[in-house]
Amino acid sequence: MAVGPRVLEAAGLREPGRRTRLREWWEQEHIFGYGLIVPAIVLLVTLVGFPFGMAIWFSLSDYWVGSPGGFVGLTNYRDILGNETFRQTVQNSFVFTGIALTLKIVLGVWLAMLLARNLSFKRVIRGIVLLPFVIPTALSTLAWLWMFDSLYSVVNWTAIRLHLISAPGPNWLGQSAYAMAAVITVNVWRGLPFFAIVVLAGLMTVPREYLEAAEVDGASSWGRFWHVTLPLIRPVLAVVILFSTIFTFADFNIVQVLTRGGPINTTHLFATLAYQVGLQGGNLGQGAAISLFIFPLLALVVFFQLRYVREE
Amino acid sequence: MALAGSRGARIRSNIFAYANLAPYIFFVLFPFYFMVVTSFKSNAELYNLKSIPFWIQSGVITDHYALLFQKTDFVAWMKNSLLVATVATTVSLVISILAGYSLARLRFRGAASFGTAIFITYLIPPTLLFLPLSQVVVWLGVADSISGLMLIYPTFLVPFCTWLLMGYFRTIPREVEECALVDGATRMQTLSKIVLPMAVPGIICAALFSFTLCWNEFTYALTFISQSANKTAVVGVTSDLIRGDIYFWGSLMAGALLASIPIVIVYVLFLDYYVSGLTAGAVKG
Repeated sequence: MAVGPRVLEAAGLREPGRRTRLREWWEQEHIFGYGLIVPAIVLLVTLVGFPFGMAIWFSLSDYWVGSPGGFVGLTNYRDILGNETFRQTVQNSFVFTGIALTLKIVLGVWLAMLLARNLSFKRVIRGIVLLPFVIPTALSTLAWLWMFDSLYSVVNWTAIRLHLISAPGPNWLGQSAYAMAAVITVNVWRGLPFFAIVVLAGLMTVPREYLEAAEVDGASSWGRFWHVTLPLIRPVLAVVILFSTIFTFADFNIVQVLTRGGPINTTHLFATLAYQVGLQGGNLGQGAAISLFIFPLLALVVFFQLRYVREE
Repeated sequence: MALAGSRGARIRSNIFAYANLAPYIFFVLFPFYFMVVTSFKSNAELYNLKSIPFWIQSGVITDHYALLFQKTDFVAWMKNSLLVATVATTVSLVISILAGYSLARLRFRGAASFGTAIFITYLIPPTLLFLPLSQVVVWLGVADSISGLMLIYPTFLVPFCTWLLMGYFRTIPREVEECALVDGATRMQTLSKIVLPMAVPGIICAALFSFTLCWNEFTYALTFISQSANKTAVVGVTSDLIRGDIYFWGSLMAGALLASIPIVIVYVLFLDYYVSGLTAGAVKG
C-alpha cells in the first residue's frame, strides 16, 4: 500500500520534516549571512541607490516640481556652467573648504597636542572642547547669527571698545569677504573638536620611548613633533582629513542659517544653491545637476579611502 | 606629550598648556553664554546700543520663554524631535545589528563588497540626495509629516551604526560563539543570547550617536516639512521665530537653548562612550 502525502500529514510527520529542513537551510552560514544583511541592503538600495539614480535622471531632464519633464541631455549642465552664480559658487566652495580645512587641520593638531598633556580637569576640558560638535549645528549657528548682527554685533561692540576698529565696524553678513570669513569661522568652531579628539586618540598611540629616544639624541620639541609624532599619526590624520573634506564641501546648515548664500551669492555652496534652485525655485533638473557636482569629489575621497583601508 | 622631567619643568609646561587652552575654551563657550544672556534680557536692553551686551543690567525676564511656549508650536516641535529620533534610532539599530553581525562574523560570497557598499553610502552627504528624496516622500504619501523623516533618517544611520558595530562584534572572541553552536544553540540564539550582551557598549554608543544625529539633522527636516506643527525642534526654532526680516532674538536664543538641552544631557551622561565612538569609527565632522 502506497503511503500518500495525506496519510503522512495525518500522522504529523510531514510538517516537522519541512520545518526541520527549513531550519537546516537557515542555519547554513551563507544563508544566515545573506538573511541578516537583506534589510540593510533593501533600505540602502531603495532609499539611497534609487534616489541617486533619480538625481542623475533629474539632472538630465527638464523636471520641475509637479511636472514630469523629459530627457534634455546635458542642457542643465551646460546652463549652470554658463551661469555666473554657479561659477561664483564653485569658487566659494573651494575657498571655503580650502581655508576651513587648513585651519581645522593646523589648529586641530595643535589643540590635540595641548589636550594630550597630563592636565588636571582633563575630562572637563575635553568635555567642553567637544561641545560645539554635539549641539545641533543649526541652533548654535543662530547664536553666531546674533553675534554677527548688522547693528547689535557683540563682536563689533567689543572691538570698538578695545579700539581695535572704528565704529560702526564691518557689517559681517552683509559684505562679501566678511560674510565668507564669518561662515568659515563658524565652520571651524563647529568642526575643530572632531579633529582635535580624533588626533588626540592618534597621539595616545605614539610610544613614549620613541619621543624619549629622540630627546636623548638631542631633537628639539619641534624636531620631535615633525620627525616622530607626525609620521606616526599620519594614518589617523589622513582619515580625518578625507572625511572632513566631504562634509565641509557639502556643508548646508551653517551657510543656510547664517547667510542663505548672500550677499549677492558670495557664500553659496553647492548644497545651498541646489536648495534655492531646486526646491525654492522648483527647477529640480538644474538643482540636481548642481548638487551632483559634489559627486566627483566624493568619488575621489572614496577611492583614496578604500585604497588606504586595503593597505591596512 | 610632556616628557619626564623635573617638577618645575612640568609645572611650567602645564601653565603653558592652560594659557593656550584658555582662549580656545572661551571661543567654544562664548556663543552658548551669549545665548543664555540674550534669552533672559528685556528687548529694551537688547536693542539699546549703549548697554553692555555681556551681562544683564535691567533684570532677568522670562518673556522670551513665555512667547516660545504660548505663541509657537515649540512643545510640538520637541515632541516631534523626540519621536523621530527614538523611532529612527530603534529601527536603525535593529537593521544595523543584523547587518553588522553578518559582515563581521559570517563568511559568504559578496560579504566584502557589501561592506564596501555600506561604507560608501556612509560617506554620501544628505545634500547630494535631498532633491530626489523630497520627491520620493511625496510619492510615498509621507511628505510634510514626521513619518517621512522616520523613513529617511535610517539611510544615514544604518551605514554609520553598521560600521561602528562591525568593529565591536570583531572584538568578541569567535570561540564563545562556536561553543554555543556546538552545544546546539541556533545561530539566532547565539546572536541574541551570547553576542548581543557582550556588545552592549557598542550598541549604547551606536544608539547615542544615532539619537544625536537625528535630533540635530537639519537638511531633510527643512526640505521635507513645511507645516509648523510637523517641524522638528531644530527646524522650528530656526524658521518660525524669524518672520521676514524680524528676528525674535530673545525667543530664538531661548528656543536654541531648550532644544539643545536633551542632547547635552545625553552627552554628559555618556561622555566616555561619545569619545570612544568618535575615535573608533570616524564620524561626520
